[in-house]
Amino acid sequence: MTMDQYAETFREETLELLSELEVGLLELEQNPEDVDVIGRVFRALHTVKGSAGMIGFDEISQFTHEVETVFELVRSGGLPVTGELVNLTLAARDIIKEMLDKNLGGESVDPEIADQLVAALRGLVPTQDDFSANGVAEAEELITSESEEATYHIRFRPPANIFHRGIQPQGLLQELSRLGTCRVIAQTDSIPRLDELDAELCYLYWDIILTTEHDEDRIHDVFIFVEDDCELKILPINEDLLAQSGEGGRLGDILVQHGDLSRDDLERVLQAQNKPKLGEVLVQAGVVTGAQLDVALEVQAEVKRQKQKREAVEESSSIRVRSEKLDSLVDLIGELVTVQARLSQTSAGQDDPVLNEIAEEVERLTWEMRDHILNIRMLPIGTTFSSFQRLVRDLSQELGKEAVLVTAGAETELDKTVIDRLGDPLVHLIRNSIDHGLESPEVRHKAGKPEQGTIFLSATHSGANVILEVRDDGGGINLNAIRERAKSRGLLTSEMETSEAELINLIFSPGFSTVGEVSSVSGRGVGMDVVKQAIDSLRGSIAVTSVEGKGTTFTIKLPLTLAIIDGLLVQVAGEKFVLPLSAVEECIELSRQDVASANNRNLIKVRGEIVPYLRLRERFRLNGKPPEIEQVVIAEAMGQRVGFAVDHVIGEHQTVIKALGQMYRDIKGLSGATILGDGTVALILDLPPLVQEAEADERILTDSVH
Amino acid sequence: MEFLTFKLDGDEFAVDVLKTREIVDLRSVTKVPQSPDFMLGVINLRGSVVPVIDLRLKFGMEKVDAGQSTSIVVMDVLVGAEKVIVGAMVDSVEEVMELDESQIEPAPRIGTRLNTEFIKGMGKQDEQFLIILDIDRVFSTDELAMVQGAAEQPAVAE
Repeated sequence: MTMDQYAETFREETLELLSELEVGLLELEQNPEDVDVIGRVFRALHTVKGSAGMIGFDEISQFTHEVETVFELVRSGGLPVTGELVNLTLAARDIIKEMLDKNLGGESVDPEIADQLVAALRGLVPTQDDFSANGVAEAEELITSESEEATYHIRFRPPANIFHRGIQPQGLLQELSRLGTCRVIAQTDSIPRLDELDAELCYLYWDIILTTEHDEDRIHDVFIFVEDDCELKILPINEDLLAQSGEGGRLGDILVQHGDLSRDDLERVLQAQNKPKLGEVLVQAGVVTGAQLDVALEVQAEVKRQKQKREAVEESSSIRVRSEKLDSLVDLIGELVTVQARLSQTSAGQDDPVLNEIAEEVERLTWEMRDHILNIRMLPIGTTFSSFQRLVRDLSQELGKEAVLVTAGAETELDKTVIDRLGDPLVHLIRNSIDHGLESPEVRHKAGKPEQGTIFLSATHSGANVILEVRDDGGGINLNAIRERAKSRGLLTSEMETSEAELINLIFSPGFSTVGEVSSVSGRGVGMDVVKQAIDSLRGSIAVTSVEGKGTTFTIKLPLTLAIIDGLLVQVAGEKFVLPLSAVEECIELSRQDVASANNRNLIKVRGEIVPYLRLRERFRLNGKPPEIEQVVIAEAMGQRVGFAVDHVIGEHQTVIKALGQMYRDIKGLSGATILGDGTVALILDLPPLVQEAEADERILTDSVH
Repeated sequence: MEFLTFKLDGDEFAVDVLKTREIVDLRSVTKVPQSPDFMLGVINLRGSVVPVIDLRLKFGMEKVDAGQSTSIVVMDVLVGAEKVIVGAMVDSVEEVMELDESQIEPAPRIGTRLNTEFIKGMGKQDEQFLIILDIDRVFSTDELAMVQGAAEQPAVAE
C-alpha cells in the first residue's frame, strides 16, 4: 500500500468512527449514565487518536487526545455526562472531521477555535492538574484488560440464620451487581405461612443472572464469608445454549439444567402441551414454581441478548471493499445476464436437448449470481438515520423548537447507490418538517400537544420496493395558503376546481413555498420540487398527506435496486421498448372498432372503468400504421391508471439498466436503455414524465380551441 | 503527434489518436425518440450502451446511405467535465499518420464549410489538406441544448 492508500483507509475508518461517536453522544444525551455508550464513545475517540498518530496526522491525534482525556474521566466516573459536555464533544467531532478534510485537501481549521474548545472541555474537569498525561496510560490499560464476557446463573441460598451473623444478603447482591450486568430474582417459595414465620430468619433465596467480564473466582470472592454454610451454585450459561438454534435456548432445557425440573417431568408435560406456552403449562402442572420459571425466562432472555451481541460482533467482522469494485461486478453480471439471454434464445431455436439443458443451467446460475451480487450492495438504511439525529437536534435548537426524531426500520436494506442519493432529499424533508411542520412550543402547548414535537422516520419493505415515511405531528399543511400561493404564481386560476390531493401536490411544483419570509433553514428557493426530482431520478415516487392540526406525512416509494428490473418488452413500429413491470397492471386488446366507438378519443373501457391511454407511436413520432389490433398496456403512473398503446406485447424481460448518458440527459420519458438477447438496444420508458407531457400537450390543444 | 484520419463527403478529417478508442463496423442503431437527426441513436458496444452521431449531418452535409466502408469511430469525449464514450459515424476510416507541429497551421476563418469552433487546425501533408477536429467542441454543451430544444416541442397528435 502506498501512503495515499493508507491515508484513504484511515479517512474511511475515521469517518465511520466519527459517525459512531456522534450516535453515541446523542444516545448519551438521552441516557447520560449508560456505561456501555460511554465506553463506546471513549473507544471511538481512542481509536481515532491512535490511528491518526500512527499515520502522522499529529494535529488530529493531539486534538483528539484532549477530548479523549475528558472522556477517560467520564468513563472512570469522575465526571458526569452533561448537556454541555455533549455539546462540546459534538463540536469537537466536527473539528476532527474538518481536520480530516484539511489533511486530504480541504480548508484548514482555525487553530483558535480548536484551542477554545479544548479550553472549554478542560474547564469541565474539576481538578485537571496534569491528569492528561496519566490518563492515557490508564486508558490504554483499561482497554487491553477488557476480555470476553460470560454469563452465569448464580443461585444463592443463604442459611436461614444469616441475619444472626450480621450479614446483609442485600450487600452481597449489590457487590455482585458491580461486576457486570445483573438481574436478580428473589425466590419466595419457602416462605412459610404467616403464623409460622420467624421474622429473624431468612426464608428467601435468590437467582442471579450475571453477565460479566470477570471470571468465576471473582464471583466466589463476593460470597467468601458465607460460602461455607450457604447453598451457592454458580453455573456458567453454557455454549450449548448459545449455540442452540431458535430463540435463546429452549425454556425446558434451561429448567432441566438448573435442576428445577427433571427431564421426565418435562417430557410428560411436553406431551400434554398443546399450544400454550410451555412455561405456563409447567407452572399449572405444579412441577415448577412461578419464580423458578421467571429465572429460566430471564436466562432465556439473557442468552438471547448474548446471541444478538455475538451476531453483532460477527457482523462487524466484515471486509472492506471499495464500492467501485462492486460497481464493476454489477456491470459484469449485467453483461452476463445479457449473454445468458442470448444463449437461451439461441438454444430455444435449436432442437438440441443437451444444449437446452446447459442453457437452463447457465440461466439458473446467472440468476443466483445476480441476486447475490445485488445483495452485496445492499446496506441497512440506518447508516443514514444516525446523521439525521444530529440534524434534528441542531436544527430544533437553532429554530427554538423542541423536536425529537424517532426512527424505525433502520435495518431495512437498500442499494448503496440509492442510499447515497437519498441523503439530500431526506435531509430536506426533515428540515422542512421542523421548519414548516412543527409549531413553536408555545403554540403546541396551547393546542394541547406535548411541547416537544416528534418527527417519525421509518423504512419498510414492500415487495420490490422500500417505503420511506417522514411524518411529523405538527400543524399540517395549510391548504388555503397553498391555494393563495398557487393563484399568485399562476399555477391555479380562481375558477379551477381542485381536489385536496391535487392542491397538496402543488407543493412539488417548481419554485413553490408557502412560508412568507425566507428562513435560514429551508425556503431558500430550494423547494420540494428538488426533492421530487431527486426521488424521480431514483425511479421512485413521493406523495404527501396532511391533516390540519395533526401533522404531515411524506411517503417515498423506492425500488430496491437501480441496476436490474423486471420489464415488459413491447414493440412499436419495429422499435422495442421496455416498461417497468412493477408499474404494469394488465394488457388489453384495442381494435379499430373500439377506437371508433370511443369517437376516436384516447379512452378505453377496462371492466367498466374508463382509462385514458396515449399512443407511443404518436408520442415518439414513429412512422408506419398501427396493426388492426393494438395492445394497450395499463399501468400506474402519477397516481392514476394510464394506458400505453403499442403494436405488440412481446413479454417479460429481465432488464439490465444502462444509463443513456450525458448526451441524452434531457430526453424526457426514457429512464435508460437495455441490451436484448439479439444484441440490439431497447429503450426503457419512464412513465410519469410521459404522462406529464401528454397532459401538458392536451392543455395546449384545448387552450388553442378556446 | 499522431492522428487518425477519416473521410466525410470527400474531405479528409483528423482527430488526435489518443482520443480514439476503437473503430467498429456499422451495426444496428436504436434511434432515441425526440433527439435531433444528427444523433443517430445508441449501439451495443460489448454490453455498454454508446451514443452515436452522424458526423455528416452534424456538419451539415447531405445524408447518404451507409456503404461498405461506413464505420463508427469510438472516442473519449469531454462533455462538460465528464468523460463520455461516443461513437461518430464516418464515410470511411483512412489511416493513422504523424504530423509535426510545423505541418499544422491555424484554422482559416472561412472556406471550410464548418463551424470554425470545431477546428483545431489544418494539417498539410504532400500537398493534401486535413481538417483537424477539436472533437470535445463538436460534442460541446450547445449540442445538449439542441437536444433539449427538440424535447420541448410538443408532440401534437397527427
